[in-house]
Amino acid sequence: MATLRTLCYLILYPGLLFIFFYSTFAEWYDRKLYARLQNRMGPTHTGRAGVLQPIADFIKLMSKEDVVPERADRGMFRALPAFGLAIVSAGMLLLPVWNYSLSNPSATSFSGDIVVLLYILSLPTFIFFLAGWSSTNLFSTVGATRVLTMLFGYEVPLFLTVLTPAVLASSWRLAEIAAFYRHHPGLALLNIPAFIIALICVQAKLERTPFDIPHAETEIVGGTFTEYSGKKLALFRLMMDVELVVAAGLLATVFLGGFPGGLLPGLINFIIKTLLVIFLLSLLRATTSRIRVDQVISLSWRYLAPLAVIQLLVIIFIKGLIS
Amino acid sequence: MSFQIPIGPQHPALKEPIGVRVTVDGEIIREADLRLGYNHRGVEKLAEQKTWTQNIYLMERICGICSHSHATCYVQGVEKLMEIEPPKRGLYIRILVSELERVHSHLLWLGVAGHEAGFDSFFMYVWRDREIVMDILETISGNRVHYAINAIGGVRRDLDELQIKHILDSLEVLRQRSAYYQKLGTTEPSFVARLAGVGYLSREDAIELCAVGPTLRASGVPMDVRKDDPYAVYDEVPFEVCTADSCDVLGRTVVRIKELLQSYNIIEFLLKNLPAGPISVRAPRRAKPNEVISRYEAPRGENIHYIKSNGSDKPERLKVRAPTLANYAATIKMLKNGFIADVPLIFAAIDPCICCAERSVAIVDARTAQERIVTMSSLRELSLKTAKHQTRKREAEWPL
Repeated sequence: MATLRTLCYLILYPGLLFIFFYSTFAEWYDRKLYARLQNRMGPTHTGRAGVLQPIADFIKLMSKEDVVPERADRGMFRALPAFGLAIVSAGMLLLPVWNYSLSNPSATSFSGDIVVLLYILSLPTFIFFLAGWSSTNLFSTVGATRVLTMLFGYEVPLFLTVLTPAVLASSWRLAEIAAFYRHHPGLALLNIPAFIIALICVQAKLERTPFDIPHAETEIVGGTFTEYSGKKLALFRLMMDVELVVAAGLLATVFLGGFPGGLLPGLINFIIKTLLVIFLLSLLRATTSRIRVDQVISLSWRYLAPLAVIQLLVIIFIKGLIS
Repeated sequence: MSFQIPIGPQHPALKEPIGVRVTVDGEIIREADLRLGYNHRGVEKLAEQKTWTQNIYLMERICGICSHSHATCYVQGVEKLMEIEPPKRGLYIRILVSELERVHSHLLWLGVAGHEAGFDSFFMYVWRDREIVMDILETISGNRVHYAINAIGGVRRDLDELQIKHILDSLEVLRQRSAYYQKLGTTEPSFVARLAGVGYLSREDAIELCAVGPTLRASGVPMDVRKDDPYAVYDEVPFEVCTADSCDVLGRTVVRIKELLQSYNIIEFLLKNLPAGPISVRAPRRAKPNEVISRYEAPRGENIHYIKSNGSDKPERLKVRAPTLANYAATIKMLKNGFIADVPLIFAAIDPCICCAERSVAIVDARTAQERIVTMSSLRELSLKTAKHQTRKREAEWPL
């Protein structure tokens, strides 16, 4: 029985099948919302209201010619997309969606999993950097350096703000943090500034406007992905969708009280809460213009990081008061 | 580490065929070269083989955005050569179309600026509202791009009361939307952060490098052919020359939005004071031997046509100096010491129209600044010679 449960966990929910369909749905939701906010239609053709469009795009890209540049590092260039997709999918397994029990830490829910998840979310950045660098294209190289430059900006405030609720809940386990805020909803309100900062940092991590600097099409063509085509590009796009879902799931777990209720209510909780986070991210995307890479650094270190530190100090102070 | 990045002639940022090779040091541009000559079409030579009337339609096709500018500039010159005076009503309609064209061109530019800065929502909204002015142009002329409204000695189509009412109604919507874009474009923090201080061109440099149009006016020089050397009926129309003194891309945006609002006033004035009478006079087939320079304030700046006649029904020489050509020197100045991220914005800020500017062929070696003329036969020999020793490779080498 336990084996079957684990297999379901890996393959069905929240494993590969669910990840594939839900992340493509999240992409459709993001695209449709972005389009409607811009007074456009967005996808309409494939499926009802174009909901199958990301899957159609995926299949189309899978069937396209796949070119590897002569001068590129072939092994690296080929391995990176699959590697990146595997990493972010593994991140999905750490989210406390179904197969966990609060009293009994298991392989996917253990003390310290929040740190592991943050680490896993850092790896795609290096995948993008390596992808750009190993293409040896000038545009990719510039994109790759931009990826790393941005990383130095948003990573610190993101870690600080995501760990702030963990400090208040005195736990390093995602499931316990979520349970803590379900029992004390009032305390979750204290984390609102951290939530806003974390949203901005996640937007930067996902490289969406105003932080779509590494693949700014009007400046450096495709940026890191300039040389990628066919299957590899399809996997990269899927990887970015999964990353969006995992990052939204992380924010929903630590700030919005997680996904309680076992299989079905937990699924509904997961969908509603992640879609809410994605909605906020899309809103940010539609209302801003791309900033420069130096402006990202000054924004993070002048405003986001100090605010995150202040928030952390306030939380530690409040924790001392209530305990 | 410094390396060269080719931007164009095929690049998503520059939809027009021009090559810019920027030498960058990290993210900062140290040197910029312009490579021209990808879009030579031989329009000027072709014009020498067509009659005065046929040439109107050829001139219109120099550009797809400011088509009326080139046609009007040409027609005004020919009218001077033929010594005919178009009737008032004809001139009013001609100027009306050119102001509408300015509106659609500036709205197009605003959208492009939004897109180049990565502000796609702004781009989508502006281009949606640009459809209003496109519809007006279609009601007047029947066409969206090449209006073909000009004739030598006047215009080809008259306006009726219904059309005037339609234009005035649509104008109100455009006014409101433009005021909103003015607010958005000058206050949205991330957008302003991208525009302010980018592509600095001082007042002295702007004058020295012969910049024209909104690029010049954004550097605080109030120069506008409509005011300085009024053609058609601009001496009767009240309007202001819009300037900004911030000398950067933000200033160029502000100037264009202000000009939009001025254009709405001009259009309203023209429609409310439209004189009665004929719209055109009959033009002779030939022009006496003479030469003329015609100036016109296109949306991008001063457009100059030089026309020489020899007494036949065809021009002997027609030379077009498009505004974009005048702005190239200033662009190089603006690009230096900027960021790579700002190249598209700075370039877009002069509102480049390469197809306007490129009709002459002179090859300039960008490194040694030597000019040379290459004949077709020697080009062919060169290509055969280089092709002979090269095996076909799958990946092209970077042209460094």
